[in-house]
Amino acid sequence: MSETPKHTPLYDLHVKLGGRMVPFAGYAMPVQYPAGILKEHAHTREAAGFFDVSHMGQAFLDGMDGDVAAAFETLAPGDVAGLAPGRQRYSVLLNDNGGIMDDLMVARAAPALGQNRLFLVVNASMKDADFTHIETKLRGRATLARLDDRALFALQGPKAVTVLARHATGVEALAFMETGVFDIAGVRCFISRSGYTGEDGFEISVPAAAAHQLAEKLLAEPEVAPIGLGARDSLRLEAGLCLYGHDIDAGTSPIEAGLAWVIAKRRRQAGDFPGAGRILKELAEGPARRRVGILPEGRAPVREGAEILNEKGETVGVVTSGGFGPTVNGPIAMGYVVSAFAAVGTPVQLMLRGKAVAGSIAALPFTPHRYVK
Amino acid sequence: MSEKIYYTKEHEWVRVEGNIATIGITDFAQSQLGDVVFVELPEAGRDLKAGEAAAVVESVKAASEVFAPVSGKVTQANEALVDSFSLINEAPESDGWFFKLELANTGELGGLMDRAAYDDFLKEHA
Repeated sequence: MSETPKHTPLYDLHVKLGGRMVPFAGYAMPVQYPAGILKEHAHTREAAGFFDVSHMGQAFLDGMDGDVAAAFETLAPGDVAGLAPGRQRYSVLLNDNGGIMDDLMVARAAPALGQNRLFLVVNASMKDADFTHIETKLRGRATLARLDDRALFALQGPKAVTVLARHATGVEALAFMETGVFDIAGVRCFISRSGYTGEDGFEISVPAAAAHQLAEKLLAEPEVAPIGLGARDSLRLEAGLCLYGHDIDAGTSPIEAGLAWVIAKRRRQAGDFPGAGRILKELAEGPARRRVGILPEGRAPVREGAEILNEKGETVGVVTSGGFGPTVNGPIAMGYVVSAFAAVGTPVQLMLRGKAVAGSIAALPFTPHRYVK
Repeated sequence: MSEKIYYTKEHEWVRVEGNIATIGITDFAQSQLGDVVFVELPEAGRDLKAGEAAAVVESVKAASEVFAPVSGKVTQANEALVDSFSLINEAPESDGWFFKLELANTGELGGLMDRAAYDDFLKEHA
């Protein structure tokens, strides 16, 4: 993509804050601010980090005759019909081979937002493809309205709730994966208690026109610091969360990815989702390969693309995300290995610049999740 | 003792005292890398040719190679870095040096930049 990167509504604010802007998924985004990735990462784990995630795709999906959730379930394996108003789930769009077209958040809109409506948040890199897919497949049953006039923030960390409750009265009552409509400084915001760091926190959808002003209000709080994409990546990796296009893609099934929990019991029994043949077979017999955590020994980070060998030196897998975990204080990685080598504790070797580095299969997440119950 | 500092287009510096060159990365290089979390240094005794990959420096985001700006035999690596990678961020052009080598061909220094030329290079390319 050689096109000029697009700007989110917070572009000028990032530049003012000293953000180093890099192209990401067609947008100019801050990879870090002057504090640096290590401090930004630690700040999010200890206090509250503010992230601009306005590049992600937001949309309403409205049902025409029947329940919009039933329509959406033809594209994804979750129990969407069973979502109470305001409740949110992590889900995946599946292709006919049971591969993951994208991972996303789906909420049944809170009553204040409308009846028979879902609120979707999808990956920036996939939003055009996702929205086209959803519109095409659900033509006649549901209509999709892109919310390109809205920005999206994430406020993450143990102090996020204290900070946000000063501005959004009652937001502390939201449960994990619950959404609601709240006013911040008189501006109507859609807020969900969710995130991509393993910490308690919120995602806040705001009108683009008010984004800069609302962001400055949150950033003015003493607990809050701006966090770039660099720390967003190290935080999610420690939390064992998948990055689309790296840890999961159109060839990966949810079972291989360790995401069997996104396939609701009712859906397994009915087998009524795309790629059900492959997925139900993998559920019954086990997949040929599995996503695992990997702890390299020593200090050298092992990155995406590194081959994983067994003790005999045979290739048994590949690293799909890897780097340095600031909270772990050492190298961490995720990847896929042949299922026989997926048990926690299995010794492996990792190819790094032509040399084998010892490591072992590790449990995910590397850093315990601290979501509110 | 006379001492002279040279710079490369790869954002390394070379401080020459007598026949010994001390090599590190510039403040600009460390600012581009971000927080350093790992470094791999060449062993003493290794013969390096100019342009050869000599060290690896890794930030949270990415791995970068450090190339030998001039040819020579490595006399010493900066062991202080192994316990304190942050020296590369905090003092890149002093305590955060990478390695020293015995110059094989002082003529190679003629192809490097002085500070003024490097500053001009930064203005054009950074």
